[in-house]
Amino acid sequence: MTTQSTTTTPTTTSSVYTPAASALSAVLSADEQPSRPSALAASIAFGWRAMLKIKHVPDQLFDVTAFPIMMTLMFTYLFGGALAGNTTDYLQYLLPGIMVMSVVMITMYTGVGVNTDIEKGVFDRFRTLPIWRPAALVGAILGDVFRYTIASTTILLLGLALGFRPGGGVLGVLAGVGLLVAFSFAFSWIWTMFGLLLRSEKSVMGVSMMVLFPMTFLSNVFVQPVTMPGWLQGFVAVNPVAHLVAAVRGLMYGEPDGYEIGWTLISGGAILLVFGALTMRLYNRK
Amino acid sequence: MSDRANTLAIETKGLVKTFGKTRAVDGVDLAVPAGTVYGVLGPNGAGKTTAVRVLATLTRPDGGEARVFGHDVVREADTVRSKVSLTGQYASVDEDLTGLENLILLGRLIGHRKAAAKRRAEQLLDAFGLTEAAGRQVKKYSGGMRRRVDIAASIIRTPEVLFLDEPTTGLDPRSRNQVWDIVRIIVAQGTTVLLTTQYLDEADNLAGRIAVIDHGKVIAEGTPGELKASVGSGSVHVRLRDAGQRGEAERVLSANLSLGVNLEADPVALTARVDGNGGGAAEQASLALAALARSGITVDEFSLGQPSLDEVFLALTDHPATDDAEKEAVA
Ligand SMILES: Nc1ncnc2c1ncn2[C@@H]1O[C@H](COP(=O)(O)OP(=O)(O)OP(=O)(O)O)[C@@H](O)[C@H]1O
Ligand SMILES: [Mg+2]
Repeated sequence: MTTQSTTTTPTTTSSVYTPAASALSAVLSADEQPSRPSALAASIAFGWRAMLKIKHVPDQLFDVTAFPIMMTLMFTYLFGGALAGNTTDYLQYLLPGIMVMSVVMITMYTGVGVNTDIEKGVFDRFRTLPIWRPAALVGAILGDVFRYTIASTTILLLGLALGFRPGGGVLGVLAGVGLLVAFSFAFSWIWTMFGLLLRSEKSVMGVSMMVLFPMTFLSNVFVQPVTMPGWLQGFVAVNPVAHLVAAVRGLMYGEPDGYEIGWTLISGGAILLVFGALTMRLYNRK
Repeated sequence: MSDRANTLAIETKGLVKTFGKTRAVDGVDLAVPAGTVYGVLGPNGAGKTTAVRVLATLTRPDGGEARVFGHDVVREADTVRSKVSLTGQYASVDEDLTGLENLILLGRLIGHRKAAAKRRAEQLLDAFGLTEAAGRQVKKYSGGMRRRVDIAASIIRTPEVLFLDEPTTGLDPRSRNQVWDIVRIIVAQGTTVLLTTQYLDEADNLAGRIAVIDHGKVIAEGTPGELKASVGSGSVHVRLRDAGQRGEAERVLSANLSLGVNLEADPVALTARVDGNGGGAAEQASLALAALARSGITVDEFSLGQPSLDEVFLALTDHPATDDAEKEAVA
């Protein structure tokens, strides 16, 4: 890695700026008034902002590549021998699950990002623009969707290298990743709500962990739920992450399960509606 | 023209905004004529930013009402947003992005397509002397350049009302003059500007009318001329050689200048406000100085300037400008 140190001292411009009435007046009067952008156009503009931030601060991509690689390697070799006799067999079961787990865990950075971003003066400017109100947040999450896609791709490539052979082929895998990314988009709104509600970045992290650990570990990611005690099976049966894992597995194996896909779409939609509405309430109050 | 002069760009009646027990804005009435610069003058914690945020639809008021060109800031927030633009007290562009990227983003957010947004952004950067810095992240800009890009961002769409919250605090004199020039050009094009400041000379130089606020209340309102008539148009600072003569000097100055004398923390220094009406501030000040000499008081240093915000406050209230938060911190 080559880290270039950049000088932060502002370069002094040789010629002093004098506001020219002619140039400024021209700018002020040359202004055509375009019509208000659509909800989609405004969201895409904010998504572009998120991509520019990734370009200027590429360290953000570390979280979405290193963390998933570590998770996949760790759990494949930790449990593979014990649970399935060998790691390659276990990988067939684990990979879709660990992909879901990693991406769902990464969604918490959405909350952290909103929490730090919203405090900056630039959000005041966004909130005084006559645009579709949720656009700034939708755009931020669109940027996060890009990160989810990178994380999924990283895990998939690593899995393929380690011997993961999905029966669903290219289409099945794409459908699985698509469903995962779509659900994560909806799921992110939980964190935008906490990002707006809680004071500090640390408390957002804390709450995210409290929710994400049980939701991802108490599921079918690592083992079949039939091996669990009854009360835990009860929890797994209503855990949306478990249904997502089952749906993604089905798609990747080439055996799509309509019930699991339906469960995932409906729970994702419900999360989006409830937490999207709560987020916008807080956003308008801020 | 006469029609325009009668239109109010901003009107508030009994505006209140509280934070817990703090009454940040406490019954403010404002009437800002369209096409003018209106100055809101007040010390730290006076409620300037809070008032501006209410007017720019960022904060809901707890009482009273506020209108921008007749549109209620709460019930018709979206209409108000299409007319106003805010340059916040602190950076109001994205510091991680370059100047060009910031302006293109805002151009797209007001509805331009990408190519038109880029054209508009380049045109603005050029008019603000930022073409060279266009590709640099804003966090690497100097204070003056940052303010300029902030203001450029605010006129991406020429607003009907522009709020500038302390646009020159922390700038060096040259950058400050640049901002003043920019404000004059913007207002000459027909935009109404509401500007907050802690400096009397800034309000005096730019504003057609000034409201002085303190603890969330308007304590004086009028043209700079009216305000200075009550406060004094100038201020004489005198440093004596001998601290023992200060009592005597205070008596002599009081007798010659009717507006009151201040003893400063420095034991040899005094400040007196000068009423410019009839005779001019400089003439009165020199007469007072001559009187000091006649009384045998040795003056080491002498200067005539505009009254500071502190002196304005001393004249309008009976207390100097203080920040509540600072008082609490000291206690
Ligand atoms: N979000 C907030 N929560 C609690 N108190 C606040 C909040 N915003 C402002 N205040 C309080 O309201 C009062 C007015 O603050 P405001 O920022 O409007 O003053 P100001 O005139 O802009 O000051 P400055 O010159 O320092 O910018 C202060 O006492 C401040 O502490
Ligand atoms: Mg302020």
